[in-house]
Amino acid sequence: MIAGLAFYAFAAVLIASAVMVVTSRNPVHSVLFLILGFFNAAALFLLAGAEFLAMILVIVYVGAVAVLFLFVVMMLDIDFAQLRQGFQRYAPVGAVIGGILLLELLFVFGAWQSSGQAGVLRLNPVAGDVQNTVAIGRVLYTEYVFLFQAAGFILLVAMIGAIVLTHRDRARSKRQDITAQVTRRTQLDMASVPVGASIGQLGILRPLPPEEPKPKAVAHGHQGHDDHGHGGHGHGGHH
Amino acid sequence: MLEIGLGHYLTVGAILFVLGVFGIFLNRKNIIVILMSIELILLSVNLNLVAFSSNLGDLTGQIFAMFILTVAAAEAAIGLAIVVIYFRNRGSIEVEDVSTLKG
Repeated sequence: MIAGLAFYAFAAVLIASAVMVVTSRNPVHSVLFLILGFFNAAALFLLAGAEFLAMILVIVYVGAVAVLFLFVVMMLDIDFAQLRQGFQRYAPVGAVIGGILLLELLFVFGAWQSSGQAGVLRLNPVAGDVQNTVAIGRVLYTEYVFLFQAAGFILLVAMIGAIVLTHRDRARSKRQDITAQVTRRTQLDMASVPVGASIGQLGILRPLPPEEPKPKAVAHGHQGHDDHGHGGHGHGGHH
Repeated sequence: MLEIGLGHYLTVGAILFVLGVFGIFLNRKNIIVILMSIELILLSVNLNLVAFSSNLGDLTGQIFAMFILTVAAAEAAIGLAIVVIYFRNRGSIEVEDVSTLKG
């Protein structure tokens, strides 16, 4: 009785918040409604007897994914009003496709029935004497240990991928570039020096800097080693 | 009516799934809301798995719901990273602008 009423309440809030996620004008509101929906879905999981999964849902979805969404929405400087254009134009198409999909799901639901041997065919029956978390742990670390490792590997790849994608390698420090030094063009030029001319008159002759395409981001980082002989103006670019 | 069975959970899951698909079509331009709609779809799948697991007394559904949760988290992280670097390079996240690779 109480569980039934709670189910209806949580399901109603879940569906309403899902509607608001989809139709909200402000993406920040969308994320906040998504968090509300996740909480209600966790409550539904609790009602279904999946306590561990409910807590994991709160921790992972609300604590990590939704906060990540919120962070990205607030970090990007987007004109959201402009993104709303075409909202009315796409709404009928989406409504038609959604309606067809719902109709198909209702057809499936109407013609579906559970097997009579479903109780016998269970792969991992719930043990009655232990908690949900203990039961999941017993199955997860024995029969599904390879899938568990694969899930961890997926998370590792996602972490490395996200870092590689968003990492910006700024030229903060002036390091020694061994490759540039070794492959630097060196040549000897013969010059006719007037008799008695000192180095103060000639200056120090340096080979011309090689013509190389400049990267667009770092415009002044790589020419420092070519103009040491021309007094101090070569250092002006670094500051 | 107040006895909650498998059908109630499946109905909620179906409505959630349809809402997610509807959201993808409704927010054609805003890729962040599209990612949120995908999260809704994955949540509805999780709800179905947990409902069947609870109904049949089989733990396999909850195990696989956990794996779906893992994949959803990884997908959100990668997707948002791609959105961030795309916005950094282009200054826009409109889906229709993403046509650089179009021949």
